[in-house]
Amino acid sequence: MATVIIPTPLRKFTNQTAKLQVAATTVEEVIHSITLDFPDLKKHLLDDQGKVRSFVNIFAGDDDIRDLQQEKTVVGESTVLSIVPAIAGGTSF
Amino acid sequence: MSLENITFSKEERARYNRHMIIPDFGEEAQKKLKAAKVMIIGCGGLGSPALLYLTAAGVGTIGIIDFDDVDDSNLQRQVLFDVHEIGKPKVEAAKRRLEALNPHVRFNLYNAHLNSENALDIFKDYDVIADGTDNFPTRYLVNDACVLLNKPNVYASIFQFDGQVSVFNYVNAKGERGPNYRDLYPTPPPPGLVPSCAEGGVLGVLPGIIGSLQALEVIKVITGVGEPLSGRFYTFDALNFESQTFNIKRRDDNPVNGKNPTISKLIDYEQFCGMRAVEEKPIKEITAKELYDWQVAGKKFQLIDVREPGEYEIVEIGGELIPLATISDHADRISTDLDVVVHCKVGGRSGKAIRELEEKFGFKNLYNLKGGILAYIDQVKPELTKY
Repeated sequence: MATVIIPTPLRKFTNQTAKLQVAATTVEEVIHSITLDFPDLKKHLLDDQGKVRSFVNIFAGDDDIRDLQQEKTVVGESTVLSIVPAIAGGTSF
Repeated sequence: MSLENITFSKEERARYNRHMIIPDFGEEAQKKLKAAKVMIIGCGGLGSPALLYLTAAGVGTIGIIDFDDVDDSNLQRQVLFDVHEIGKPKVEAAKRRLEALNPHVRFNLYNAHLNSENALDIFKDYDVIADGTDNFPTRYLVNDACVLLNKPNVYASIFQFDGQVSVFNYVNAKGERGPNYRDLYPTPPPPGLVPSCAEGGVLGVLPGIIGSLQALEVIKVITGVGEPLSGRFYTFDALNFESQTFNIKRRDDNPVNGKNPTISKLIDYEQFCGMRAVEEKPIKEITAKELYDWQVAGKKFQLIDVREPGEYEIVEIGGELIPLATISDHADRISTDLDVVVHCKVGGRSGKAIRELEEKFGFKNLYNLKGGILAYIDQVKPELTKY
């Protein structure tokens, strides 16, 4: 089971769960699985073409999946996937 | 940066002693700090601790840019300010506090909006830029300006319980340039996916933590001590007390300094992000009933009517007529001491007049009559003519 770390701004779509355990073999499958379980996550993670949005970074371990095999990046039992969206400050939102 | 002419007085030596006795820091690094010019973008939650520590540390010249005034809602996290500074320009309040902390530092103040017209000119004289702003348009503006001017950008950002830090566009000792903000986040979120005001906010101590890390990286970039956070991206989750440091790389498709750059000068970043860099503050309002209460109580205030003369002839409620189009020309007729109520037919033009007067002349005593003269007639004087 890969572990997915949900950032605090998106936890309102995962019943405030910070870490999800997902049975999957690629990043793509992980995203598919968590957006099935939590449909409101989808528009925040994926664009209309189903690609990961460019202001949302996904790291497998310490590395950006864009520097690996993008959504095809393989995840194993011990892989930790971190979703890290762009944030710009707390005062003017 | 020539260090030959950098010397320390007896007072400075005493002040910086705890730096100078660190074996890997020493007098050399302290001299680099004194010779350095650092630009701090934004004098808020992140800027407060960053400015306090960089001033205390003895950075020689610090530029501060912020257009805002101190507000009581700032004090929960902006530890530079106290209650006596409410309503005063942040940059000036900051300078007073920081000069009291360290009189050996020189401060350059920019009480202005940072934008595509002034950014390059303001940044050009500084060695390091520290970005602590609070919106996406300014993030991309600061990034691009730093890349175009070949300056390191020490980045820090916060939201609610999350913090991020990195050092962008840093050239290491081998001459290798690190990634920048556009390598990390090629485009900003569309406005609809940016959390709204009500969902925003930030835990007060978080900018204290993240702004201090930002100051740390500024010092490392200046002095060359340690390994700056270039090519790495630090995140902090205050709720779970977890931090991570990710690896990030330059990208060929970066539009500013990738393989085929398409951006060679600063662009319109509000258009690029589809959002305003500065959220407009709400205009103060008064209801027709409250206005009537003021009149009945004999309160001293001024009433301005910004409609056209033809409308004024149909019906008026004792206001001084200054049509919206001429409001700036007649700003001298508007009181700066008394409360001033501005009205039109339904409240739209008077809102514009207030915005114009506040932006151009700094009025802070203007109230918009909610619903305009029509609401006043409906609620207070039904015998008057409606049109």
